[in-house]
Amino acid sequence: MPTDKDRIALPPVTAQRTNMTCHFCIVGCGYHVYKWPEDQEGGRAPNQNALGVDFRKQVPPLSLIMTPAMENVVTDRDGSRHTIMIVPDKSCVVNSGLSSTRGGKMAMYMYAADGITQERLRHPRIYLSDQWVDTNWDQAMALYAGLMKKVLDKDGSSGIVFSAFDHGGAGGGFENTWGSGKLMFTALQTPMVRIHNRPAYNSECHATREMGIGELNNSYEDAELADVIWSIGANSYETQTNYFLNHWVPNLQGGTLDKKQKRFPGETFPKTKVVFVDPRRTPTIAVAEQVAGKDNVLHLDIQPGTDIALFNGIFTYVVQQGWIDKDFIAAHTNGFDAAVQANQLSLDECSKITGVPVEKIQTAAQWSYKPKGPGQLPRTMHTYEKGIIWGNDNYLIQSSLLDVAVATHNVGRRGTGCVRMGGHQEGYTRPPYPGNTKIYIDQELINGKGRMMTWWACNNFQTSNNAQGLREAVLRRSQIVKEAMQGARGASTEQLVDVIYDATSKGGLFVTNINIYPTKLQEAAHLMLPATHPGEMNLTSMNGERRMRLSERFMDPPGTAMPDCLIAARVATTLRDMYRKDGNTKMASRFDGFDWKTEEDAFNDGFRRVGQPGVEKIDSQGGDTGNLVTYERLRVMANNGVQLPAKAWEGGKLVGTEMLYTDGKFDTPDGKAQFKPSPWPGLPKLIADQKGKYRFWINNGRTNEVWQTVYHDQYNEFVRTRDPMAYIEINPDDAQGLGIGAGDIVEVFNDFGSTYAMAYPVAEQKHDQTFMVFGHINGIQDNVTTTWTDRNIIPYYKGTWANIRRVGSMEDYKQTVSFKSRRYI
Amino acid sequence: MSELKIARRTFLKIGGGSIAATAASALAPNVASAANTMDTSRTKLPYPRKPVAHVGGMTVNTPVSFTYPDAASPCTALKLGNQVPGGVGPDGDIVAYSAMCTHMGCPVMYEPTTKVFKCPCHFSMFDAEKAGQMIAGQATENLPRVRLLYDEKTGTVSAVGVEGLIYGRQANVL
Repeated sequence: MPTDKDRIALPPVTAQRTNMTCHFCIVGCGYHVYKWPEDQEGGRAPNQNALGVDFRKQVPPLSLIMTPAMENVVTDRDGSRHTIMIVPDKSCVVNSGLSSTRGGKMAMYMYAADGITQERLRHPRIYLSDQWVDTNWDQAMALYAGLMKKVLDKDGSSGIVFSAFDHGGAGGGFENTWGSGKLMFTALQTPMVRIHNRPAYNSECHATREMGIGELNNSYEDAELADVIWSIGANSYETQTNYFLNHWVPNLQGGTLDKKQKRFPGETFPKTKVVFVDPRRTPTIAVAEQVAGKDNVLHLDIQPGTDIALFNGIFTYVVQQGWIDKDFIAAHTNGFDAAVQANQLSLDECSKITGVPVEKIQTAAQWSYKPKGPGQLPRTMHTYEKGIIWGNDNYLIQSSLLDVAVATHNVGRRGTGCVRMGGHQEGYTRPPYPGNTKIYIDQELINGKGRMMTWWACNNFQTSNNAQGLREAVLRRSQIVKEAMQGARGASTEQLVDVIYDATSKGGLFVTNINIYPTKLQEAAHLMLPATHPGEMNLTSMNGERRMRLSERFMDPPGTAMPDCLIAARVATTLRDMYRKDGNTKMASRFDGFDWKTEEDAFNDGFRRVGQPGVEKIDSQGGDTGNLVTYERLRVMANNGVQLPAKAWEGGKLVGTEMLYTDGKFDTPDGKAQFKPSPWPGLPKLIADQKGKYRFWINNGRTNEVWQTVYHDQYNEFVRTRDPMAYIEINPDDAQGLGIGAGDIVEVFNDFGSTYAMAYPVAEQKHDQTFMVFGHINGIQDNVTTTWTDRNIIPYYKGTWANIRRVGSMEDYKQTVSFKSRRYI
Repeated sequence: MSELKIARRTFLKIGGGSIAATAASALAPNVASAANTMDTSRTKLPYPRKPVAHVGGMTVNTPVSFTYPDAASPCTALKLGNQVPGGVGPDGDIVAYSAMCTHMGCPVMYEPTTKVFKCPCHFSMFDAEKAGQMIAGQATENLPRVRLLYDEKTGTVSAVGVEGLIYGRQANVL
């Protein structure tokens, strides 16, 4: 076979074309999927290929994106083989034909038995004797549901524990959050559930919601209309790429001035400015300086964990200067005076705590809040992500930031908004959580609670705080069950259920992994159930501007893999039938309502029933107008979809909502936005103790080319060669002092655990500060994050201090990995 | 004939929507038509051999522009001054790459101080010393590497192929 990857099959004009929203980050770029029989190819003339492009000559730059990563050959269950090509959609308003290094690889991440995805789970697997054994769904369900029933009957639901996704895109979707939620909350009624990325069932945005301001309150277009953009604890070039490239960059370059003038006649428009709040000089800051000019970029490089002090200082200052909207505050808010009093912090104090010079803070405030003309408040958009969400502390930082944004009326006006940037796609529709308190699930597991643990489309072995502590406890408890199962030679499934249950009475934990790959969880699991991802099922999601799209199924899942919603239905109906067999109609009825044949049935049962007469309470990002949205209508709306909440179906189109709160009515009982006092608390004691004991701040986060736990990327040579291991950026002088060179392996350790990383010295790192890639399977950063959480059990993932020592050297890494700066200077 | 029957039945069973085309090709006579002059013994594209530089004329860290495999495909050759994986020449330090970013085809600029190719359109960067590896950016492929041959007798460095798809092409050789 040719191995140079120097040619590509073109889609013939007859190729099937469907819509796909990128399943990775929040932005949700629109793509087209072409699919055609493998033995056909389009020609180079524009009328001979489905792209309509003339490939008989060199295609000019910026015409299209079409790379070998965008093509694959897939086999459907009937044995037919097709070539697929997944290329960005120029007509999608989100990305306008751009692809990121993540979404551009979707085609090669579709299942092919001889492709890089060959490790996909294709059938249920049970760990029997001392090996993984493929099995069928009936057998797997007899064991899984059989054990659930035994736990329910003996102990009630609290012995059944889950860690589950709550989002859209891959490993999510409105269909799947509903299916899994209905199983966990309505049928099983267990409160022992945490969310994929935090150790309890809680929001990442408690404060802003309590203030009456949902965290996704504007449109990507507002980034084109803003006078000033704030980026707080976010690195958007690498993590919300095409939102940044397609909407921020044009504004920073002055390319949206016409649009502003048309939209806001009579206003003055100074050169667009951008303010970054981040202890680290991120790759995004470097790019912003290129496109906006250094004079229009401010980097408030605060000391780690001091965001609250920064915003309190700014809040105090703008109130003193009178750069606030007094009429708006009087008419549409509550609690202003109390917040002013509680958050009082002089600029001198603010500067002392944050380490940012007073003048810099003043400049940022002047740019952002000082009226740009008589009666003309600047349109300042505030964006934030994991630096705040996983910061010190989530609840208070959001409060202090929103206090500034609300006082200056930077919500509900076009060109403004106070929004999170987001991680995954969104896609939440679930029954209410069946509990009144937030339960720190990881600590429950560590303390021996629970009999069955299911990780559902997530992997906390690589992505929970205190990951090593969690893993050690789970592996120890899993081993008790494994040994019991291994000893049960010749046991029937019913007998095995009894054996497992007895083992869980001796400290054991039965572990199930519902996923598309085995992942690191296979080390603990006893059962693995194969799921699907977009393209193998119809799946709806919404992006960071609440834009909902349908990613259409275009191929069969591998083996007998099923969408998560149908896995939930299979579990529920198995339990229903078991209870019926027992004559227990009361329990059987709890598992009614799962007679879904397709994912669309689950969508109609959840998302579309919300708010309809007589329907029980359902929490849904579609709100009470979800019923307007159907698969058929979403197909019509293609990759532009509809921005939730949907308002109408008119003239053959869904009409949505571009911006929330334009009427000044907020999501509080009286419709007024609520200011929140958030005095600067300092670092939590546990964190401060680690900081006092260990030298290096271990900042952490994602890197551009790696998606989450590397679950696909670990098999992809392009990414694996670049990131064979989690890298840790470290100041070159600090590295030299410890005898560490580029490509060396280092140990990172503190009171909570120890992990390993590939040293990547870069001049942009400050002394005693580092940045380590999070979630990587080879070098698990979360081994060293602490157990500390805020009042809502949101961890301070970013607040880790540790020591670093050189372990050794990898010649291979030194030969093949580039250690040049990732910042475009 | 019996083999063909089985094959046809299989195709009909599994072919789905593509029965007509698949079956038709399966039933085509199993001899090369006189009109078909394609050489099916080769799996490589017919790259030309093209001298791009003379080793004596190359200055360390000074890019040499050339086109390859045809005039519409700009490339850059470099003598890096230190041996690198895939480097040719007496010092194992001569490399060459396509000068078009694999993401959207913008011309990449060589920065001698870092030995990095930088794309001004979407800020992808590629390391000239690490086989064109993307350092950071939005491409899904490293910079295509021009395969070079060094003739010790004459000192000529010739391009003989390209690894990786050149931007904006169905195949590297048009």
